[in-house]
Amino acid sequence: MSEIVLQIDGKEVTAQEGTTILEAARSVGVAIPTLCDHEKLIPYGACRICTVEADVHGKTNLVAACLQPVENGLVVRTRTEQVDQARKIILEQMLAHAPDSEQLLELAQVYGANKDRFAKESNFCILCGLCVRYCDEVKKKNAVAFIERGAKREIVFIPDIAIRECWDCKECFPLCPTSALQAAYYLTEALMSPPVPSTPSCKGNCSK
Amino acid sequence: MNSAKIDQIINKHNADAGSLIQILLEIQSENNWLPREALTRVSETLDVPMSRIRHITTFYKTFSLVPKGRHEVHVCTGTACHVRGAERVLEAVEDVTGVKAGETDPDLNFSIETVGCIGCCALGPVVVVDGEYHGNITPTEIADVLKTCACKSE
Repeated sequence: MSEIVLQIDGKEVTAQEGTTILEAARSVGVAIPTLCDHEKLIPYGACRICTVEADVHGKTNLVAACLQPVENGLVVRTRTEQVDQARKIILEQMLAHAPDSEQLLELAQVYGANKDRFAKESNFCILCGLCVRYCDEVKKKNAVAFIERGAKREIVFIPDIAIRECWDCKECFPLCPTSALQAAYYLTEALMSPPVPSTPSCKGNCSK
Repeated sequence: MNSAKIDQIINKHNADAGSLIQILLEIQSENNWLPREALTRVSETLDVPMSRIRHITTFYKTFSLVPKGRHEVHVCTGTACHVRGAERVLEAVEDVTGVKAGETDPDLNFSIETVGCIGCCALGPVVVVDGEYHGNITPTEIADVLKTCACKSE
């Protein structure tokens, strides 16, 4: 493995070959926001919030820092007008799905994203894939899956596996940047178990 | 579909996880749809998690997780067919079969699908019934074709 020298926000950075821009930036304390990144998981590049501007061989491009490998002579800028604009639109689109996510709202403040810019389509999921990948790569249980495609794509729990594995694990819950995962879990649980008899209403004993 | 047949298809592909889609396609063409037991069997034998199988089978439109009718009717609603009156043809199909697009009747006679384009725009409007192409078709003609189909299956 050879060493690679690149420039991030004007700082000279030395990184190992095969690492990503995101890892190189973190090693010198340059903050790049992430949503779908997790130390134990293979980079996935779903959320694109880590988008940065990079010059390679005279070409300027927007790339996902979590996926782009470092290269000799790479010049990376993490906060240009173009980068901020890209992140702002990405956030606005995500906020159309999950308008109450605290993590998204915090980032929206930084980039001036308007959460009401796009019509609401609240399914609460931004398809970051953290739960699906964590269950697959770390727990090796595969209880959560992506189904369908395009605009209909969503996460579901596989009921047969979820009923065996999930009740005492739930490690994916805190990973979720929105509350979609919990909602999907409780929906599956509700569909799998018989309804709880509702509490008897007051039998005329109340003050009214 | 019996499990021996499923095993036979799996063994033909040496129970290789890389042949997952081929195996699913063969089960689909053999059985017309993918029953849950078949998917469980494939998942266990190939050691592929059910989550991936669910992902793949919902991703591709070829796969059906619900029973399909004996006669598959594909009505092209691509641009060329649309301007040549695919809408009225589709209405006729829905009238004759009593099945809405994307659905199958309870007796499993007909499955109706609309498709984007099947690549023979000069023949529009086109309807494919059980793999047979009917070009330049009118609502009355397609009604006749489907009635013959219904007679055959009875």
